[in-house]
Amino acid sequence: MESSAWVALALSLKVAGWATAINLVLGVAAGYALARARFVGRDLLDALLTLPMVLPPTVLGYYLLVLVGRRGWLGGWLHETFGIQLIFTWQGAVIAASLVAFPLVMKAARAAFESVDTRLEQAARVLGLSEAAVFFRVTLPMAWHGILAGVLLAFARALGEFGATLMVAGSIPGKTQTLSIAVFEAVQAGQDDQANLLVLITSVTCIAVLLAAGRLSRVRGGVA
Amino acid sequence: MPSILRRILSVASLALLLPAASPGAWAGELTVSAAASLSNAFKALAPAFEAQHPGTRLLFNFAASDALLAQIAKGAPVDVFASADQDTMDKAQAQQLLLAGTRRNFVTNTLVLITPADSALGLRSLADLGRPEVKRVALGKPEGVPAGRYAKGALEAARAWAAVEPKAVYATNVRQALDYVARGEVEAGFVYATDAAVQQDKVKVALTVPTEAPIAYPIAVVAGSPNADAARRFLAFVTSPAGQAVLARHGFQRP
Repeated sequence: MESSAWVALALSLKVAGWATAINLVLGVAAGYALARARFVGRDLLDALLTLPMVLPPTVLGYYLLVLVGRRGWLGGWLHETFGIQLIFTWQGAVIAASLVAFPLVMKAARAAFESVDTRLEQAARVLGLSEAAVFFRVTLPMAWHGILAGVLLAFARALGEFGATLMVAGSIPGKTQTLSIAVFEAVQAGQDDQANLLVLITSVTCIAVLLAAGRLSRVRGGVA
Repeated sequence: MPSILRRILSVASLALLLPAASPGAWAGELTVSAAASLSNAFKALAPAFEAQHPGTRLLFNFAASDALLAQIAKGAPVDVFASADQDTMDKAQAQQLLLAGTRRNFVTNTLVLITPADSALGLRSLADLGRPEVKRVALGKPEGVPAGRYAKGALEAARAWAAVEPKAVYATNVRQALDYVARGEVEAGFVYATDAAVQQDKVKVALTVPTEAPIAYPIAVVAGSPNADAARRFLAFVTSPAGQAVLARHGFQRP
């Protein structure tokens, strides 16, 4: 009983960690593209990429099921070509959690990049820095504070993800049964002791994340 | 533009009023919490019952039996409880959640092992689930779903549980297990014969699974129901020839 709660916690942290890492790359890239690139349909793209935050998680779960399921067009191809099955795996849970948390990073990154003074980037170019160096040594450090806020929100959102995850990854103890799903299962089965323990662990974890977030943003704020 | 805005606002305010108006407006609402496997059959029963008893409207709440019990134990306003096994109803009785003397068995069912309709596995016995081609097996979570308990019990009796457990994908209720098989996400799954019939075009029955005790569904009036008379009439209806005919059409057998 007790050990299964810790397994669920470890799994939740693993899934949320991977989802956050993926969004750190994709969300920041998308936010940068939307902030700087000028192209037709930019607003539409922004709206589409924000959709996972607005759509009910069950709708996302269904989309994912149809897309990456063994009979979905992407899932079918993955299974035929590489023998990969995403449904009922923790990687599937990562995909679901990444998707719902993605807009939080993208939105924060876009706003942060838009607030960076482009004259400083110009100055760096004049001083002979390459485009990559300008991004990593000027733009990103200045936008980092805003991005970090979005990343922490995304981590928290990924940690609490339930609807889409349950539909895509199911509820396999030790493999895909995250904390939020374990709570649901325990309440459904009338196991109040287990539910109490899981709820306690979840609450403490979330408080720890918030405290860490506060400290981290203060430290980063001092550096920037 | 302002007129469009006004129209949106008026629709929005109407929407806010809607949920307040509908529930509770019917004096004769009867809430029936029933095992997920009963969903199609009970929905089909409703029109005939409501026609016989004008002024009474049935509201259904379908889920795994244990989840329904947990809701009732927490004080959910339920009038009738129908579970898919005796254990759950025994627990309800032990917690004095049932109106004394109303419990009875009203249908029986059988457990089956199903595969996707296009499966070429040709499973002949429970031991075949140990074959390496079978990667995942869906069944209800034994702690919360009667169909899962029946399946686990049958696998243990056949000494196949150790081989199946690492492949198990646990469903929240029996219909989710059915859905996993119908979508081809698992190679096989355990559901009731009545569930398999719901998705005849997508799943096929590999074998009928023997269970230690026959699978009999009990039904009872919930203690403290303010509609106990209507609840008794519903129990009488499901055991009447008219009610049994509808249940039989959905594959359930007489107890």
